[in-house]
Amino acid sequence: MSPRKINLTLKIWRQRSPQSPGKFAEYKVAVSPDSSFLEMLDDINNDLEKKSLEPITFESDCREGICGTCGLVINGQPHGPIPRIATCQLHMRNFKEGDTIYVEPYRAKAFPIIKDLMVDRSAMDRIMEAGGFISVNTLSVPDGNAIPIPKDIASEAMDAAQCIGCGACVAACKNASAMLFVSAKVSQFALLPQGQPERYQRVESMVKVMDEYGFGSCSNTYACEAECPKGVSVKNIARMNREYFMAKIKSQNIE
Amino acid sequence: MSWVWKSLNSSIGKKLVMAITGVALMLFLIIHLAGNLILYGGKEAFNNYVELLELIKPFIRAIEVILASIFIFHIFNGTRLWIENKQARPQGYSINGSRKNTTVFSRTAFITGSIVFIFLVIHLQTIWYKFNFSGTELDLYTITTEWFQVWWYSALYFIAVLLLGFHLNHGFQSAFQTFGWNHKKYFPFIEKLGTVYALIMTIGFGSIPVYFFFFGGK
Repeated sequence: MSPRKINLTLKIWRQRSPQSPGKFAEYKVAVSPDSSFLEMLDDINNDLEKKSLEPITFESDCREGICGTCGLVINGQPHGPIPRIATCQLHMRNFKEGDTIYVEPYRAKAFPIIKDLMVDRSAMDRIMEAGGFISVNTLSVPDGNAIPIPKDIASEAMDAAQCIGCGACVAACKNASAMLFVSAKVSQFALLPQGQPERYQRVESMVKVMDEYGFGSCSNTYACEAECPKGVSVKNIARMNREYFMAKIKSQNIE
Repeated sequence: MSWVWKSLNSSIGKKLVMAITGVALMLFLIIHLAGNLILYGGKEAFNNYVELLELIKPFIRAIEVILASIFIFHIFNGTRLWIENKQARPQGYSINGSRKNTTVFSRTAFITGSIVFIFLVIHLQTIWYKFNFSGTELDLYTITTEWFQVWWYSALYFIAVLLLGFHLNHGFQSAFQTFGWNHKKYFPFIEKLGTVYALIMTIGFGSIPVYFFFFGGK
């Protein structure tokens, strides 16, 4: 007895290089409902390679929803139709026999397509370099409990720190705005005592780099929160706004 | 002071400009609605109200200048943001998933705003210009109610007000989010208050063309 399989039509974005125009290619597959979305793509690639055809380029690493490497726009939704999961955690049981599935890369000016479904998200790394860090003294190991932090504050910081930097917020936003990502990074440090020394300089620098890369502005549609695999709250965007206004009022920076 | 200018032109600064001007316009709408509702009081009540405004004309003129600049800032900045935000995604998605993760009110803020702007221009020409630059003493109650007898004007008025309601329902909570006032305790209340405010404005303004078109104000 062969295991039950579902028949799907996949329309996958194929693009040779950053400059060349892309288009959808159609693939008909019979896939086990227990297969993950990325395993299905692996199967397609195995078939393509057997036929000496170019495999589909897509990114993945941990395949357990913690690294933020994978990220496909599936039927118009980053990470697919199921909330609070990354693409690698999406299973084919969530699709029905005969479904047509469109698979596209993240689309944003700041995320140029490298090939097929792979985009260059290094703009997010540049934002992190601008202020997503704290200064720590080296030498001996610091005492773990030297700085008391209330539990609720620590939890809020950890909620923001759940961000895996996958870029789904940018992909989901109609303005391709990176505000949820940047605000999560600003928040996780702004909430904690360890983040205070660079507090205002951080938000100013990170927002500046974000703007330079041509991410859009936020229009509070909250698509980012809905699509975030970690459920990072838009309250962080409100906090970043507060931090930014205070930074502008209080910082020494007159540039 | 270049840092002020640069800050207001940053992504967050432009949002702040939208929010501040938006709140100012929402306050203006309350006063505007209060004035409009006097139409229900009949000819004498409305014309007396207009006369009262005539008495404080210099004050009204000053307010109008401020109001006009707020409108211009809101419209100019909104349009600029819309263009820049379009540029942030040069190639769109083939499948639009926005229905699954956003509300119609927030998605359409620019479109509803644009239609309200078109109405605003017509509205200024037909009512405000007539009120202010006709030279002679006018029976403004009659002029206004006669406009509401024109089916297309009443229809346009009603549609514009309905879309204004959409715009306000998004704008109200959006402004507070931009100010950074998203708090577990207060924000659910702000969202509800925004919807109530939008409903009051829509029903308040929207009832006037309906009433005067069908009942002729008699």
